[in-house]
Amino acid sequence: MGDALLSLNALDAHYGDFQALFGVDMEVHAGEVLAIIGANGAGKTTLMRSISGLLKNAAGQVAYRGQQIGALRADQVAAHGIALVPEGRQLFPSLSVEENLLIGAQVGRKGPWSLEPVYQLFPVLKERRHQASTTLSGGQQQMVAIGRALMANPEVILFDEISLGLAPVIIKSIYDALPDIVGEGMTALIVEQDISKALAVSGRVYCLQEGRVSLTGRTQDVSREDITRAYFGMDA
Amino acid sequence: MDWVSAVVQGTLLGGLYALFAAGLSLIFGVMRLVNIAHGDLIVLAAYLGLSTTVMLGVHPFVALLIVMPAMAGIGYCLQRGVLNQTLGDDILPPLLVTFGLSVIIQNALLEGYSADPQKMSAGTLETASISAGGLTVGVLPLLTFAIAVAVIAGLQFMFYRTAMGRAFRAVSDNSDIAQLMGLNKAHVFGVAMAIALAVTAIAGILLGVRTSFDPSVGGARLIFGFEAVIIGGLGNLWGTLAGGVILGVAQTLGAKVDPGWQLLAGHIAFLIVLAVRPNGLFPRVSH
Repeated sequence: MGDALLSLNALDAHYGDFQALFGVDMEVHAGEVLAIIGANGAGKTTLMRSISGLLKNAAGQVAYRGQQIGALRADQVAAHGIALVPEGRQLFPSLSVEENLLIGAQVGRKGPWSLEPVYQLFPVLKERRHQASTTLSGGQQQMVAIGRALMANPEVILFDEISLGLAPVIIKSIYDALPDIVGEGMTALIVEQDISKALAVSGRVYCLQEGRVSLTGRTQDVSREDITRAYFGMDA
Repeated sequence: MDWVSAVVQGTLLGGLYALFAAGLSLIFGVMRLVNIAHGDLIVLAAYLGLSTTVMLGVHPFVALLIVMPAMAGIGYCLQRGVLNQTLGDDILPPLLVTFGLSVIIQNALLEGYSADPQKMSAGTLETASISAGGLTVGVLPLLTFAIAVAVIAGLQFMFYRTAMGRAFRAVSDNSDIAQLMGLNKAHVFGVAMAIALAVTAIAGILLGVRTSFDPSVGGARLIFGFEAVIIGGLGNLWGTLAGGVILGVAQTLGAKVDPGWQLLAGHIAFLIVLAVRPNGLFPRVSH
């Protein structure tokens, strides 16, 4: 707990009367890539929304560099250096591709990421920078969403359903870009339905089941049977 | 020539209506807030202008240097202190609260200034005119229209060419995701209301120079503003100018047929547009 960059302690989250997270504990260390897996409705997106400040936590603590951030607004969490690539991309339809990227820099943090590095990472975005973001393909929109988060120069980047709804070739290109992203010293949490993809790029894994952590461990230490049991709550 | 003159006068009158409407359009475009108190805020600005000109002995246009920042400050505090709390999925709370605000402003103005009609003097500017090709046009209406075009162009530039405008559009598209970009939507909405009421200050001063006003005239200004916004298309600033011009021309042409038809003709033009193009003539589209 001591040297964790980001730590969650007994975190509960609700949507109205429905409780989505039950006492989630988690530790994230600087520079690591963490996979968060789980079936639909397990609470993965809720966890991302809770960390990023989009969802007010009902109980428990979120600490970042030892400082409590659980009660902060999303813009204040972003200013601390935590960026979210939301599920479904959620680009701003009235902004062009370049404006969507520039709005990511609004948080005002200094760092290696600006328009040119993002365009080097995803060259197709430079070609289409003046287009409306809604005219791009799903994969290109995901690139904009990732670029937009990088423009904030975060220390921690949260990817929610990074490959959902994308063609395999696009998923490959996005995963190919991941080493360049985390190679900049960034810490990444990847929520992913494709377990093998998530495990291939991460050092540790957390599995959620019905709002609770059902498995945690180093990627190389967890077996397929462990994951199946934690994922579905039953033996394979 | 009389009909041509009526169209020209109506076009210039449309500039004033566009100024009434620009603030409404901006506020609706950014935060989907329908401000029932907008007309009364225009009248409040006119009274602030009156007080400034009387106390300092300055020209009404010079009074803008005080009234614009004052209205912007009122707008920011009003948004942060009251209106932000009413925004959400339900459209009723902002309607009710701004309606209440309208009543409060009217009564406060009645208490402070009485119900007597007031007017600001702009000196020779009020009667100055220029003639060309058989048409005589007042300098003040011409100046009003030029100011309206400049204000709309300025708002358009701010909206589409500046970081603040980008923030407005992002918050308007999806305020939750915009928060993730470090944008405090409460502050962004406050700035939008401040800009809207700064424009309202210009509209109020021009109203007070052009015609007499009293605390009860805000309602009609609100309706003219609404009609200009709806005719032009919600959230489209140039459309708002076009809407103001159409409303102004309809009114002057109606008055040409029969003086009693002035307002009715404007309302009929509005209803025709609403029936034929419910989203207005130039609705905002994502580019």
